[in-house]
Amino acid sequence: MELKFIKMQRNLHTLAIILLILSAFFSLALGAGQEFPVPPPPFTEGIFPCSQCHASMETNRKKRELKDEHTKIRMHHAETMRWCLDCHDSKDRDKLRLYNGELINFTESHRLCGECHGNLYRDWRAGIHGKRTGYFMGTGKRTYLLCAHCHDPHEPKFKRMMPEPPPFRPTDRRNVK
Amino acid sequence: MNLRKAMESLQGLLKETWHFYRKTLILVTRGGKIYYAWCFSLLAIIVVGFIFYWKQHEMGLIETNMTDQVSWGLYIANFTYLVGMAAAAVLLVIPSYIYQFKPIKGIVVLGELFAASCMVMAILFVMVDLGRLDRFWHMLPFIGSMNFPASLLAWDVLALNGYLFLNLFIPIYLLVKSYYGKKPNWKFILPFILLSIPWAVGIHTVTAFLYNGLAARPFWNASILAPRFLASAFCSGPAIIIVIFQIIRKVSAIKIEDGALFKVAELIAYAMFLNLFLLGAEIFKEYYSGTVHMASFKYLFEGLHHHNELVPWIWAAMAMNVTAFILFLIPSTRERLSTLNLGCLLIIVGVWIEKGPGFVIPGFVPDPLGEIHEYVPNLVELMVSFGIWALGLLIFTLLMKVAIPIETGEFSHTDYEKGVITK
Amino acid sequence: MSNKDYTRREFIRSFSVTALAGLSLPVLSSCSKEEVEDFLQKHFLEMTEEEKKQVIAKLEQRYFEQYGRKFQISTQEALPETLWGYGLELSRCIGCRKCVYACANENNTSRYTRQLHWIRVLRLKRGNLINLEDSEHYYAPETVPEKGFVYLPVQCQQCQNPPCVKVCPIHATWQEPDGIVAVDYNWCIGCRYCIAACPYKGRVFNWAEPNIPKDQVNPNVHYLGNRPRMKCAVEKCTFCIQRVREGRYPACVEACPTGSRKFGNLLDPKSEIRYIIERKRVFRLREELNTESKFYYFFES
Repeated sequence: MELKFIKMQRNLHTLAIILLILSAFFSLALGAGQEFPVPPPPFTEGIFPCSQCHASMETNRKKRELKDEHTKIRMHHAETMRWCLDCHDSKDRDKLRLYNGELINFTESHRLCGECHGNLYRDWRAGIHGKRTGYFMGTGKRTYLLCAHCHDPHEPKFKRMMPEPPPFRPTDRRNVK
Repeated sequence: MNLRKAMESLQGLLKETWHFYRKTLILVTRGGKIYYAWCFSLLAIIVVGFIFYWKQHEMGLIETNMTDQVSWGLYIANFTYLVGMAAAAVLLVIPSYIYQFKPIKGIVVLGELFAASCMVMAILFVMVDLGRLDRFWHMLPFIGSMNFPASLLAWDVLALNGYLFLNLFIPIYLLVKSYYGKKPNWKFILPFILLSIPWAVGIHTVTAFLYNGLAARPFWNASILAPRFLASAFCSGPAIIIVIFQIIRKVSAIKIEDGALFKVAELIAYAMFLNLFLLGAEIFKEYYSGTVHMASFKYLFEGLHHHNELVPWIWAAMAMNVTAFILFLIPSTRERLSTLNLGCLLIIVGVWIEKGPGFVIPGFVPDPLGEIHEYVPNLVELMVSFGIWALGLLIFTLLMKVAIPIETGEFSHTDYEKGVITK
Repeated sequence: MSNKDYTRREFIRSFSVTALAGLSLPVLSSCSKEEVEDFLQKHFLEMTEEEKKQVIAKLEQRYFEQYGRKFQISTQEALPETLWGYGLELSRCIGCRKCVYACANENNTSRYTRQLHWIRVLRLKRGNLINLEDSEHYYAPETVPEKGFVYLPVQCQQCQNPPCVKVCPIHATWQEPDGIVAVDYNWCIGCRYCIAACPYKGRVFNWAEPNIPKDQVNPNVHYLGNRPRMKCAVEKCTFCIQRVREGRYPACVEACPTGSRKFGNLLDPKSEIRYIIERKRVFRLREELNTESKFYYFFES
């Protein structure tokens, strides 16, 4: 009886190790952002790592308007339903927080955006959403951009921009500058 | 022995040819005051036109008023009109050779030479419209890379040059026979003459198809285009021929009966009826269905979004065509020279407007992306166009100066023979 | 008898065509060796490799003299198993025209006298996407996008059944195996029949010698693409042939700030353009004309 029990334990151990290895592999493969080579996130200079300040601060979970710091950030992104700590992890400010509690780096922030914007996330992963530059086939580098590179996560709506000048009219035959 | 005979006959031939050239030169340089005034004013216009063309050639087509929106202008408008006029020689060929209508038979040769002059003008208009005339050899079959049979422009090059050849070869053959006092070998020449009838229809059909095949331009992409072209061609060409023949019979000994002129005018009346009917059919289709594609028609007849440069022109053309039609239909006005000439003038101008600018420009307005740009020819284009018209008229005048004396028998080989004998 | 016909005909022809000869004489009067070589240059598709190299060397010399920069002129052929397709997301185009000017810079188009743009952005009122009659080409508001309007950029659609190739009288334009409709600028005679035939106004004409400021010229060119052109030759978008045949995105795709422009190989089932065609609602302009354009517009909202 004892021998059987020891054998079972050993089997369970090996199974656990195998499962652990598998899960690590899967989590790396699924989440890890290795398949999306993105440039560094567009931080304001000097703001990262956030833990420089926040490690020593108290966590205030109350939803409020920030008066002391981060006053330039205008929350205009589902602000009636969410606020800072719904995306930024309250304990480790260097990470972002997914729905299931998982913490991710800012370099994979697309996973967070993709939780609500699933359709667009699917398009982005296929490469058809957002700006593309560089090479699309062959040996050259494929580049992706993070959501945050084009959309300010706090105020994502694209700002209006000034258009380039219209072409010369055909009546202006010589269009000398 | 044979060699000497050959040398002697060659010598004789050269002497005859030299005599011929000298006589021709004397013929064309001798004439009345009006003749000199006419030729010199034409020469002046040609020189001015050439100077303007040279500027256009050096600087590029930016010297014209054409743009990416309206990329064909006065040159192609004139080209279209002239191809129509040239096709009209067939209206003389059919009665004289198929129906043996004697009054016209004597003057067919002159009509064909007129068609040849029109062809020269048409080809010149295309040449001045080309951006890179220095690369013209790319258009030649076998030497260049002619896109036959897919491109209608390639067909047009072949058709126009073929028609030019026919309309030089046939009259020259007949005139040479006349010069030598010999009867033409009808077995040889009649096939060419009969060929020129479908060929005349062919050149204008090909020119019509050139526009017709463009799906991008709904104004031109109508099956009625080729019949309309032919109908208007058979109005304008014979009208100018009527005027020219009256001038010819005034300044030379050629006798052209009034009957011939009235017959041609009657044919014009039928052609004009067809032209107006086909135009009416097009207008009905566009206005009744009222699709987006009627925008070009609207631009032409009413104006589009306050752009209405062509509207007065086309209505003037319509008025002229209808008036001319009535004048030619009613026998009493048709058979009175004053009203006949008025009708001819109205048709010449009216069909020019309708088939030249009134056809080419609305095809580009609005352009495929909906833009409206109004085109007005500028000085360079006007001067070059006048220059080419003057050149065509000069060529025709000089041809007539030689052909008419041959036709009347004044200028013939017997002079040379007499000269040789009395030397 | 026929000899006499000949001399008579010869006379008439020479007399009446003297003027024609007179016209063409000045045209051919320039007799420097280089100009004769230019005049006799063959069609690009008929050149041997050696002849192509000679022409490239000549052009490199000329461009160096003109612009003071060393040009890389590629004659890269079509890549195997490629058919280029383009996608444009209309819901995201804001009409900023950055693509227009990026294209002009990349492709060495004339900047003035006359200014040439290969891309034209149309502004349409909401509620209308197909009737281009009401489009506005010259909008110049303070900021874009304007409320109530949609923007539709149009350029050469590289049709699979191109009307311009059909009508060119001298084969100066043809379709390459990878779908790009190319122009041999040295072969074109400037008759502008192709411009009349194009339903998308994709082709433009160099009405005069092009003017490109020396400091803005792009020296990485392709013979059939963006090499500096000459007067009176037709030109058009080539899907940046100098870039795509090396696997790079066209300049307009890279320039678009909202990422509305997509590009890929229609024959590759894993390409972006195939993803779009299979999953989005795509349409092409003037499909009823059967041009089989390879420019797919799509939109989400």
